[in-house]
Amino acid sequence: MKYQSQKIGLAYFLVAMVLFAVQVSLGLVLGWIYVDGTFLSEILPFNVGRMLHTNSLIVWLLLGFFGAAYYLIPEEAEREIHSPKLAYLQLAIFVLGTAGVVVTYFFNLFEGNFLLGREGREFLEQPRWVKAGIVVAALIFLYNVSMTVLAGKKTAITNILLLGLWGLALLFLFAFYNPSNLALDKMYWWYVVHLWVEGTWELVMASILAFLMLKLTGVDREVVEKWLYVIAALALFSGILGTGHHYYWIGTPGYWQWIGSIFSSLEVVPFFAMMAFAFVMVWKGRRDHPNKAALLWSLGCATLAFFGAGVWGFLHTLHGVNYYSHGTQITAAHGHLAFYGAYVCLNLAIISYAMPILKGRDPYNQVLNMASFWLMSGGVVFMTFTLTFAGTVQTHLQRVMGVNYMEVQDQLWVFYAMRFASGIAVVLGALLFIYAVLAPRREVIEPGMQTPAE
Amino acid sequence: MEERAEGRPTLLDELPGELMMWVLIVSELVVFGAGLAAFLAVRITDPSGFAEAQSHLHRAGAGVNTIVLVTSGWLAACAVQAAEAGHIGRLRSLVAGAIALGAVFLVIKAAEYVDLAAAGISFETHAFFTFSYLLTGFHAAHVIAGMILLAVVAVPGSPRAVETGAAFWHMVDLVWVLLFPVVYLL
Repeated sequence: MKYQSQKIGLAYFLVAMVLFAVQVSLGLVLGWIYVDGTFLSEILPFNVGRMLHTNSLIVWLLLGFFGAAYYLIPEEAEREIHSPKLAYLQLAIFVLGTAGVVVTYFFNLFEGNFLLGREGREFLEQPRWVKAGIVVAALIFLYNVSMTVLAGKKTAITNILLLGLWGLALLFLFAFYNPSNLALDKMYWWYVVHLWVEGTWELVMASILAFLMLKLTGVDREVVEKWLYVIAALALFSGILGTGHHYYWIGTPGYWQWIGSIFSSLEVVPFFAMMAFAFVMVWKGRRDHPNKAALLWSLGCATLAFFGAGVWGFLHTLHGVNYYSHGTQITAAHGHLAFYGAYVCLNLAIISYAMPILKGRDPYNQVLNMASFWLMSGGVVFMTFTLTFAGTVQTHLQRVMGVNYMEVQDQLWVFYAMRFASGIAVVLGALLFIYAVLAPRREVIEPGMQTPAE
Repeated sequence: MEERAEGRPTLLDELPGELMMWVLIVSELVVFGAGLAAFLAVRITDPSGFAEAQSHLHRAGAGVNTIVLVTSGWLAACAVQAAEAGHIGRLRSLVAGAIALGAVFLVIKAAEYVDLAAAGISFETHAFFTFSYLLTGFHAAHVIAGMILLAVVAVPGSPRAVETGAAFWHMVDLVWVLLFPVVYLL
């Protein structure tokens, strides 16, 4: 660790991993509710559990991004973070907001209150005071990292990372705009939801991946930067108008069906480019970095993002297909593998890379961590297949044959049971990961005859 | 790309202008190509309806526009030669000519849109018009973007900048040459 303020990343990663454990545990509970519909129905209604599952996911991923930014920006800009104090204040605001959200959702406090009650919009349910807190925390963050970068060295990695993070924060402002017209409400709602995960977050992903490739493979910075700019351009080109794939059936004009179909089909291209980038860098790299776990997560991230976001997204993005598959378990399959591949693996990759350095245990190659990769990824991929099959059966029975929704759900029981089993693997994998990065002190496998790391 | 570091130029380095411009050009061609393919595919489901709808378009105006845009592309190509020869003044007047013809294209296009709108024809009138408005409207937006880009690259006037701007402008040309027969004539 060259710069003291990189330590800030540690605090963010720790909170992120706590929320990660909460998120997957709630996922397991929800998975069981699919098997036994009455489970916990009094204490934890499904909609509340789902809010907590998705919201905690978003928050821990964001905390991971912030932690990654605080970790890598000092190294890239070659100077300490502008104000570590502000960085910890930002984290405290996030923790307070998260606690507030959990309590508000769970006990449904202040129902209907303008400021304190939950808002009832999927993914943007947070009470207004929490939203305001998120904006304040985001402003602190942007100020802090922008000041650091402005005063230091500017690289392609920090440029794209800041572009992504600024875009992310500005787009969140649409969360405050809630027109009473439901079609308009949804239209602006996607400005946050879609333009985050299929726009600005992709820029964050590409830049963090580029940082990891630079460190792990030792390929020239010039080469990494060229790839990074191309990937960022492809992501924005396809992702911005790709928003149209959410405008098929919400009351927006019919031409969105073609704009959405064409541009969102191209969203697979930047994900393919990221996968090609990761593998080409590893093949061409001359460095044999001892942190194999970080490399495994990076390659896993690029690959599973390509399949989850790219291939599984394309599967139901054409409007002719989506007319039948919309809102079935196909969507759930895509959502799980896309988020896992693109953003969960990305965060776990940077955590796997940074933690040994932050905790002064470098170098070690984290065999337990690698085991957790296979357990967790195997679980999520299996889950994706069970949900895809469930969704295919559901689409046919419900949308083609016109069978009643609940009767169809009965037919899907076997898939839900298998999905629950794969969920157990994911939770065990997640707990193993957290244990692996925090607990073992010595864990070095003898290197072969390769040249030492630089 | 690794070879660069070893001093050997790669195929990518031989591209005129900026690499990022070529990424954009290929992306644009894919989008317009997909749009035309979708148009032709939907037309199979209703050939007579498409033919009837097409008869409302202004073929002569579009034909003139083809000549206008291709001529504009020629001026842009001459501007690249002028830039390479270092004749800044000549380069800027050629670019101004190319931009002016771009404006002529837009005026003729706008006249057609106004006529269609006056006849009560909108996006929703028929699938044909959804596509023709989308494709030609997207293209017209690129004409505007191209005019701005040409003006921007004429300021430094370096061969690399002008090559980059002209490459985009030729793409706009090329897309029109593909749109014109498919949307107006077939």
